[in-house]
Amino acid sequence: MILSHAKIETNTAILLVLALLTVVIGGIVEIVPLYTIETTIERVQGVRPYTPLELVGRNIYIREGCYLCHSQQIRPFRDEVERYGHYSLAAESMYDHPFQWGSKRTGPDLARVGGKYSDEWHAAHLIEPRSVVPESIMPAYPFLMQRMLKTDDIARHLQAVRKVGVPYSDEMIAAAAADMEAQQNPDADPSGLASRYAKVPIGAFDGDPTRITEMDALVAYLQMLGTLVDFSAVTPQQLRQ
Amino acid sequence: MSAARSEAREDYLEDVIRASMALAMFWGIAAFAVGVLIAFQLAFPVLNLGLEWTTFGRLRPLHTSAAIFAFGGTALIGSSFHVVQRTCRAQLFGGEPVAWFVLLGYQLFIVVAATGYLLGITQGREYAEPEWYADLWLTLVWVVYLVAFVGTLVKREEPHIYVANWFYLSFIVTVAMLHVVNNLAMPVSLFGTKSYSAFAGVQDALTQWWYGHNAVGFFLTAGFLGMMYYFIPKAANRPVYSYRLSIVHFWSLIFLYIWAGPHHLHYTALPEWAQMLGMAFSVMLWMPSWGGMINGLMTLSGAWDKLRTDPSLRFSVTAVAFYGMSTFEGPVMSIRPVNALSHYTDWTIGHVHSGALGWVAFIVFGMMYHLVPVLWGRRDLYSKTLAEVHFWVSTLGIVLYITAMWVSGIMQGLMWRAYDELGFLQYSFAETVQAMHPFYLIRAMGGVLFLIGALIMAYNLWRTARGDVARAAA
Repeated sequence: MILSHAKIETNTAILLVLALLTVVIGGIVEIVPLYTIETTIERVQGVRPYTPLELVGRNIYIREGCYLCHSQQIRPFRDEVERYGHYSLAAESMYDHPFQWGSKRTGPDLARVGGKYSDEWHAAHLIEPRSVVPESIMPAYPFLMQRMLKTDDIARHLQAVRKVGVPYSDEMIAAAAADMEAQQNPDADPSGLASRYAKVPIGAFDGDPTRITEMDALVAYLQMLGTLVDFSAVTPQQLRQ
Repeated sequence: MSAARSEAREDYLEDVIRASMALAMFWGIAAFAVGVLIAFQLAFPVLNLGLEWTTFGRLRPLHTSAAIFAFGGTALIGSSFHVVQRTCRAQLFGGEPVAWFVLLGYQLFIVVAATGYLLGITQGREYAEPEWYADLWLTLVWVVYLVAFVGTLVKREEPHIYVANWFYLSFIVTVAMLHVVNNLAMPVSLFGTKSYSAFAGVQDALTQWWYGHNAVGFFLTAGFLGMMYYFIPKAANRPVYSYRLSIVHFWSLIFLYIWAGPHHLHYTALPEWAQMLGMAFSVMLWMPSWGGMINGLMTLSGAWDKLRTDPSLRFSVTAVAFYGMSTFEGPVMSIRPVNALSHYTDWTIGHVHSGALGWVAFIVFGMMYHLVPVLWGRRDLYSKTLAEVHFWVSTLGIVLYITAMWVSGIMQGLMWRAYDELGFLQYSFAETVQAMHPFYLIRAMGGVLFLIGALIMAYNLWRTARGDVARAAA
């Protein structure tokens, strides 16, 4: 081996090609089977694409770097399941482009925060975290209340997400702007929105249904996190990876 | 060593390397300063200022990108240009235009990415935050960088390609691969900044950590090992300890590193077979890492006395010691039961900083203390005393930083899983946050010391470049 290494280190092309081959192997062996082994994603019911308002909220979550302090991935340990809820499934993030599992819990896990607090609590917490959690070290996000959202380019976002594999129907894309409006207005007719998106949380998330703010979108997203799969109906067989 | 014979050649490109030294120093100070700010934000949230541009969530990517890509990357580009020219006894392929394009093109990428973070433009992928248009630009710059480097190897006048160049080459090639794959995304519009990742959920997670861990493995390790393999022998004026070990070190390191990504995803929804592979390869990685450490340290055989007199060597050798420490800690943390405790806590942050401050920054400092006098044609540094002060202030800063994070990380992990005698979770999450406060203060003080050290260094190097020599008070 040492003898033949002289050939490698005197020939740039051989060194380059061998180095590239050496670093390609591990990634192929680890990543490709995640697409080919069918049980990688558990066979559970209920996971759906994000509503337009939730998708916008998720983009705000990403924009503000929430994932840098909050994980969305509950591990199968007794304390985590008691603190946060059922451990996270791969299926629950199958429409997440990108995933937001996080790597650090400066704040608590958010994988199942949906429905745990009221809309009013979330708005108050985001405006000034220490008003509801005195020990909190989270930044305050009062500006979310002031920033209005437009609905004119939301269909384009759904189309882009469809291109990378999320099954938005033509109907969902056509109704995107209306759905975005309807989700944060409890007085609007929810039937169309609810027929397209199961278990959709509807409410005046920021307290004012007459305008769509970034607060509406972010709270709508937080309120659906981890709520889609009905674990009382899940069998152990469905969870096997 | 070929490098020793080739000092006198005059057609090496050096302006671009001088510029890269100044830029790396600037970005280092910027990265450390933002790090200090966000460290204090975690102790005193009022420092987020209630403005959207100054929240922790937007500044943290600014800090990590400034440290890894701006400071580390600029130092890597500059030092690789120096090393490849000297060890090949050839001018950089493409000459001045190509060299400046790579350096300045890379700076443009950094500025575009960094200003984007403040405005909330991010892909939401750790260490791969820049959006699609910045990624495309970086791809172009990086390909030109690869061409310049490989082109120089091809036209070399030395029969053998020196070991430092193997590491630099694998760093450039692998980062190209990782960058292109991990950033595949669908822009919403050609005129907008937003894109959506081509991958979703579990596949996206592993792709991202395949990238993320090898940003550590190839950007922060292989590249800087290239630096180690040139500047330690150079400063010690000794050959590399073992040629055979260099070969084993190189091939085993680059082969094993790529597999280690899944250890960032232990006990997640990633299938267990992938987690096991990641753990097994992470533990194996300990061996080549320590092989490289031994090769670096033992190069000083017969020249250990220079540690007392050469600030460059002192930084480089301490860097290799920190490298040994964090590449031992890493495999330990990748073992699943250990990771169950350490993951999501500050222990990870401490681990990263023993690598980033102790290894990466110190090996860069060592390189710059050696290279700045060479590049500006000075006989020596402006002041060795100041360099010594820098060394001790920074080392103390690192020690404060990593010990604070060990304590807070392990404590928080234990508090999360603590039960009281009635079988209830003992602590609310908020109580664990409160318990972190003193350690966040200690950590921030460590960061302040590290920043002060870098400011001392910048002053020292500036005076050195001007040609000043301090009165020999010490």
